[in-house]
Amino acid sequence: MTRPSGRLRIKTRIVASIVVLANVLGNFFLGRGLKGKVLGSTALSYIEALFTPWVALGIALLIIWMLSRMTLLSWADLSYVVPVTAIGYVLSVVMGKCFLGEEVSLLRWAGALLIVAGVALVSATPPSTVRPKHSGGGGE
Amino acid sequence: MKWALVAIIVTATSAGELLQTAGMKRHGEIHDFRPGALRGVLARLARNWFVAVSVVLMAVSFFAFMKLLSVADLSFAVPATAASYVVETALAKYLLGEQVSGKRWAGAACVVCGVALLAL
Repeated sequence: MTRPSGRLRIKTRIVASIVVLANVLGNFFLGRGLKGKVLGSTALSYIEALFTPWVALGIALLIIWMLSRMTLLSWADLSYVVPVTAIGYVLSVVMGKCFLGEEVSLLRWAGALLIVAGVALVSATPPSTVRPKHSGGGGE
Repeated sequence: MKWALVAIIVTATSAGELLQTAGMKRHGEIHDFRPGALRGVLARLARNWFVAVSVVLMAVSFFAFMKLLSVADLSFAVPATAASYVVETALAKYLLGEQVSGKRWAGAACVVCGVALLAL
C-alpha cells in the first residue's frame, strides 16, 4: 500500500514532468515557428503569426505548462517547484544538441550538470511543508 | 536601462509567482483531474484575485524580458534574471512560511550557478 506521502511524491513527479515537458516543447515549437519570420511593428503581424501551425502548437503547450504549474502549486511549495522545474533548461540544451545540431561547449555541459545536481538536491526534500486546504472546492 | 529592466523582471516574476502560490494554496489541493472538475477549478480560479494579479505580473515580466532581449544579449539576460530563484526561495520562506532546508538552499544555489554557466 502506498503511504500518503509516497502518493503525494508520485503525483508531484507526474505533474512536474508534465510542467517541464510542456514548457520545453512549447518553447521549442514557438522558436521553430518564429524562426526566420519577419514580425512587423503592427499588432496584426503578431496576431497573424499566432495562427501559423507551429506557433499555435507552441502556445497551446505553453497554456498547458501554465495550468499544470498552477495545479502543482496547489499542493507543492514554491521553493520546491521553482528549482525542480529548472531541469527544463537541461532538456533544452539536449534538444538543441540532438534535434537542431547546436554545438554545446564543455562549460555549458558543466552548467547543465550543476542544474541536475540542484534539482536532485531539492527533489530529495518533501514537496510540501505547508498544508494546503484539503479540498479543492466543489466538483471534488 | 538594462539593470532597471532586470529589476522589473525579477520583481514582477517573484511577486507574480508568490501571489500565484498563495492563490493556489487558498484554492486547495486539486485531486480530481476529470474534465468536468477541471472546468470547475478554472471557473473558481478566474474569480481568485491572487491568481488574476499574478497573471498580470507575469505578463509584465514577459514583456519586460522581450524588451531586455532587444537591448542586451541573451547571455546577460538569462543569468541576470535567474536571481529570481534566490529571491523566490527567500520570499517563500519568509512570506509563505515554507520550510526551506539547507538542501533546498543548496539546490537553488546550484541551479542559479548552472543557469549562469549555460548562458556563457
